[in-house]
Amino acid sequence: METHISIRNLNAHYQDQQALKNISLDIPKNQITVIIGPSGCGKTTLLKSMNRFLDLVSGTQISGDVLIDDESIYAPSVDVTEVRKKVGLLLQRPFPLPMSIYDNVAYGLRIHSMHTRGHSLDTAVQHYLEMAGLWDEVKDRLHAPAARLSVGQQQRLCLARGLAVEPEILLGDEPTSALDPLSALNIEKRLMALKEQYTIVLVTHILRQAKRLADYAVFMYLGEMVEHGPAQQVLENPQQERTRAYLEGEF
Amino acid sequence: MTNKLLLMPRASRPREVQFPSRRIIDRAGGHAFMMTTAFPLLIVILMIVALLVRTRPILESKPIGDLLLGQTWHPLRGEFGFYPFIIGTLWITLAAMLLAVPPCLLSAVFLAEYARPVIGAIMKPLLDLLAGIPSVVYGVWGLVAIVPWVQTIAAPASQQWLDFLPFFAVNNTTGYSILAGAIVLAVMVAPVIISVTYEVMQAVPDGLRESSLAVGATRWQTIKHVVVPKAAPGILIGIVLGFSRAFGETMAVLMVVGNVPRVPSSIFDPAYPLTALIANNYGEMLSIPLYDSALMGAALVLLMVVLIFNLASALLLQHILRRSQT
Repeated sequence: METHISIRNLNAHYQDQQALKNISLDIPKNQITVIIGPSGCGKTTLLKSMNRFLDLVSGTQISGDVLIDDESIYAPSVDVTEVRKKVGLLLQRPFPLPMSIYDNVAYGLRIHSMHTRGHSLDTAVQHYLEMAGLWDEVKDRLHAPAARLSVGQQQRLCLARGLAVEPEILLGDEPTSALDPLSALNIEKRLMALKEQYTIVLVTHILRQAKRLADYAVFMYLGEMVEHGPAQQVLENPQQERTRAYLEGEF
Repeated sequence: MTNKLLLMPRASRPREVQFPSRRIIDRAGGHAFMMTTAFPLLIVILMIVALLVRTRPILESKPIGDLLLGQTWHPLRGEFGFYPFIIGTLWITLAAMLLAVPPCLLSAVFLAEYARPVIGAIMKPLLDLLAGIPSVVYGVWGLVAIVPWVQTIAAPASQQWLDFLPFFAVNNTTGYSILAGAIVLAVMVAPVIISVTYEVMQAVPDGLRESSLAVGATRWQTIKHVVVPKAAPGILIGIVLGFSRAFGETMAVLMVVGNVPRVPSSIFDPAYPLTALIANNYGEMLSIPLYDSALMGAALVLLMVVLIFNLASALLLQHILRRSQT
């Protein structure tokens, strides 16, 4: 199993509250890693440490390191925008940018002037909409405002927008929690298909979703990483008492 | 006391505390609220009607074209040309907005996007305070600070460097000028514009910023492509509010613009805005025939200018909203 993201002794503080306690974790490449745990356990903080989104919260202090492909993303010389280009993020609910469907997908390409390098913008937009499973539904109205799509379609649009900048890693912060069951299933299907090419890390509070998707599982509790390992083991046969209690719905 | 009464069975309550049915109160309340809401609208309509009635004598004796485009204001000779005043109002307002809008937008962007939240929390009440300072205070400040500055520094500098530009020529300025009025006005409208724009930009959901940052956009790209377009209708409203205040502001402007009824050709010329014309003259020399009616006409023209401006911005707003469709 090849490691893609290595988290080393990571601590995070919000003002005076410790959100992550000395986390060390290796996240395997081209697999879906699922982080579970009760709310407030630090799972979203852990996720957002991987694309430097913790920087956005003022008063956050971080120590330790996160390595992607063996390179620190917290080194002073690192360009944050490059990290975020390499690590896509799906938010809890979709936020289409205030522009057309087409421009949403083209947004990242334009920001990074990627379309000038050879391939045409139209082809790229079509390609990523297809990857996100949205092309057939929107091909006749690419220039309509993205806000007119249904919420489920919007989340797939956000997926296409994220894929368009050619990341290696996809993070998802409960990406189906705002969606109806069918749309959620649709996103899950996309993620399953995408793990061939991407390393995927998902935060979820839906245990059944975790079981459906996870290759690798991490259980967090009160800022600590209690248990991690192959999904089969963590979710079906946990070694730790606290993991077992959570899986059985005790908290 | 009342509570105890309410707990008693209805029939045994003393008569004076037997309440009419809730439905009657509810309906009466609805009507009362509607009437209070309609009241301001009614007043505006009454004002327009009254102004029209009072303006009629002059409208009957002079063609409207002569009034609106007439260049001379000489009540004793019966010449009432509004043109210099209309142009004066437009010049001062436009110059003030040109001075105010760009720095105000930058300040709002800074407060909403770059500053730490605590700075916004300090600045917001400060801006509201600035917006509440009586305009005469701004006028005095203009008199003692801006007018001399225009006369001794701005005008000579312009004469030396900018004389070739069409609106920057200097002919013996006293400092009482459109520029002085515009500067005072710009400072007065700034808090309104900053405060509204800042609030509108704050209302843009963080998820939108995060969505843009998550694909590797910089903060500036996020502001330019996401936050500002999303906030555009609200920003426009902020600017319109600033304009409306600038159009109507009387006192501070009147104190520093010189009040010479001539069509200006440079920002260093004095001007005489409509508001100042009415404020300076109404109640005096009303024995001059048609004078009273002419001043009412000036008020009507001012009202029309502001209404047309507001209507145009409402249409523009509609257009922007339809385009963004969000």
